[in-house]
Amino acid sequence: MSSFIAAFGWIFDPAHNVGPDGIPARLGEHMLYTLLTLVIAAAVAVPIGFLIGHTGRGRGLAVQISGGLRSLPTLGLVILLALLLGIGLIGPLIALVVIAIPPLLAGAYAGVESVDRATVDAARAVGMTEWQILWKVEVPIGLPLIVGGLRSAALQAIATWTVAAYIPLGGLGRYLYDALPLRDYPQMLAGAILVIALALVVDGLFAIVQRLVTPRGVSEGRVSEVHDTMRSASGRGAVLAD
Amino acid sequence: MIEFRSVTKQFPDGTVAVDDFSLIIPSHKTTVLVGSSGSGKTTILRMINRMIDPTHGSILIDDRDVAGLNPVALRRSIGYVMQNSGLLPHRTVAQNIATVPRLRGVRRASARSQALELMQTVGLDAELADRYPSQLSGGQQQRVGVARGLAVDPNILLMDEPFGAVDPLVRAELQHELLRLQGELGKTVVFVTHDVDEALLLGDQIVIFRRGGVVAQKGTPAEILASPADEFVASFVGADRGKRALHVEHTRGGDIVVDSDGNAAGVLADENAAS
Amino acid sequence: MSWFIANLGLIWQLTLDHIALSVPPIVLGFALSLPIGWLANRRRLARGGILSVGGILYAIPSLPLFVLMPALIGTKILDPVNVVIALTIYALALMVRTSADALASVDRDVLQSSTAVGYSAWQRFWAVELPLAGGPLLAGLRVVSVSTVSLVSVGAVVGVNSLGYLFLDGFNRYFPEEILVGIIGSVIIALVFDGILVLIGRLLMPWTARTTPRWSRGRAVSALAHGA
Repeated sequence: MSSFIAAFGWIFDPAHNVGPDGIPARLGEHMLYTLLTLVIAAAVAVPIGFLIGHTGRGRGLAVQISGGLRSLPTLGLVILLALLLGIGLIGPLIALVVIAIPPLLAGAYAGVESVDRATVDAARAVGMTEWQILWKVEVPIGLPLIVGGLRSAALQAIATWTVAAYIPLGGLGRYLYDALPLRDYPQMLAGAILVIALALVVDGLFAIVQRLVTPRGVSEGRVSEVHDTMRSASGRGAVLAD
Repeated sequence: MIEFRSVTKQFPDGTVAVDDFSLIIPSHKTTVLVGSSGSGKTTILRMINRMIDPTHGSILIDDRDVAGLNPVALRRSIGYVMQNSGLLPHRTVAQNIATVPRLRGVRRASARSQALELMQTVGLDAELADRYPSQLSGGQQQRVGVARGLAVDPNILLMDEPFGAVDPLVRAELQHELLRLQGELGKTVVFVTHDVDEALLLGDQIVIFRRGGVVAQKGTPAEILASPADEFVASFVGADRGKRALHVEHTRGGDIVVDSDGNAAGVLADENAAS
Repeated sequence: MSWFIANLGLIWQLTLDHIALSVPPIVLGFALSLPIGWLANRRRLARGGILSVGGILYAIPSLPLFVLMPALIGTKILDPVNVVIALTIYALALMVRTSADALASVDRDVLQSSTAVGYSAWQRFWAVELPLAGGPLLAGLRVVSVSTVSLVSVGAVVGVNSLGYLFLDGFNRYFPEEILVGIIGSVIIALVFDGILVLIGRLLMPWTARTTPRWSRGRAVSALAHGA
């Protein structure tokens, strides 16, 4: 318990709330890196996921590539790219994007694919173009799963940026790495608590967004069924991050 | 008028769903395509609005080859009602009915008021307008499906086993509702079913299929019942047995109609008394 | 390449360390998830609570959790037990949902008929429920296995040796080959584990061998999204 008291003492110490290594600055860096990762990864993965979900083609390949990416140790990937591309944001950023792609891809195609094929068939039969089917039927109905993919990727990014601070980069992971050689456990614990708090807040926010984007017609009929699929397919888990 | 000219459809996996099929579907009548599953009847229906394109042959609507028409525009001009209604689960009843008018650029308000009118036409209470499909019964969903099919006032209405998934009582109700509607509207209806009773009830013209899209017989219900082309048709419509093979028996109480199992099926109405 | 050959002894030792750190979380997570998942299906309230806790634990990033361990259980900061327990928590958090869903997916009619022919609840669980839930359980376990092997290397930054050591050492010496060897080694362990799990699945569930089990798409997808 005393370690926690010391850690919270560290967090609320006014000296740690200002300057370039103050908590607001580190938190800002962490969120900025995460946001950057999500934007780039989503720009790559979501269109591909939509294409796979809509056409039903390439799913096997996507699953295999995602599975392969998942088996890569993230720490190794971050460090390798940092070394090859020079110290700075670019190497780790590329590694983080690569790591964030599988959950985004899975969410995007699973979302589109989760729409009953009979519904899509009907939309086509009444004369929607393929583009209209995607945007007026598949995306709105599949949105909870798509957001679920984003949620997984966000948690993954928050976790991996913590590890990547080893490089050295900014972000909340700094507190862990700066304190480790000094055996300054209160500061390490403080850093850990801050990252965990960020992850849980982001997770909670995405959970709310997922609920908000669930179309009412879909949530009202088969509540339990849809809800369950949504949660298991995307909701929770997502990230075995590191 | 819809015309099939030696149409063949072979799917990429090699299955021949329809083989050298020709048929004229007259306007303002109901043509029922009936056959067991795998007989190609749904494939034929879906070639009319180009959900499926034929491998050989051509399909003409009022003498224009559909192959030359834009499939999306074509589908918007033809009503389509399918089994399990095919409604969009994230849109309300009124929005579902208004789908195609909205796609065609009709203003939201007028599309809605038109949707409400159509709900009345198909016998749906207006207060269901803002419900979601999942909140309706199966029969109500099918009515919404029919209303959506009618929303652009199409000349042609394609119906793919529309009443296949509802219970028998609701089904009978919907069938009679369709007869009433067709009496009022006089659309060119192409109706697919595997239920012979439904075909005999609804069809002006009936086409009976064997497997592989081969026509076993076509004609009016009376023609088919009176002279089945072969044993397959006879057995399919049940003319050789049960409640269709009726004969009159004279009893002391009067003349009654008896089926082939000897069970009483009804009485002969006395025409003099009736008039 | 010369570095690889010269250091085979070290690499082999780190590989064994990596395996030794990976196996307990996978086995413990799976074993513990079964009773908890079973419990989650008994009561609606329990289900919500258990799955929510699992979800929250799963959202916690791994490195901070390693760091948290000493404060929670009184270990030393560099103790390998921290990594093993933290990874067990992840494995459990992930597997509980899978186990609950898998056990719930067993056909009720089958359960009722097995009760009807005289299985006790305990016998029914081992002889009917568990084998029939085997397909989804295996899928979940494979995800847990791959993720755990990948995460073990993060432990290196808090001084717990595994192939992850090669990442840090390679970084400090600006030596990409060493890092690459670590990555490849870790991937090979993951693949071998996966192969072993599939093999065990074939042996224990011969009826699934010929046709790949096709449980619902949602489930397959969930396995994919989880591991990401």
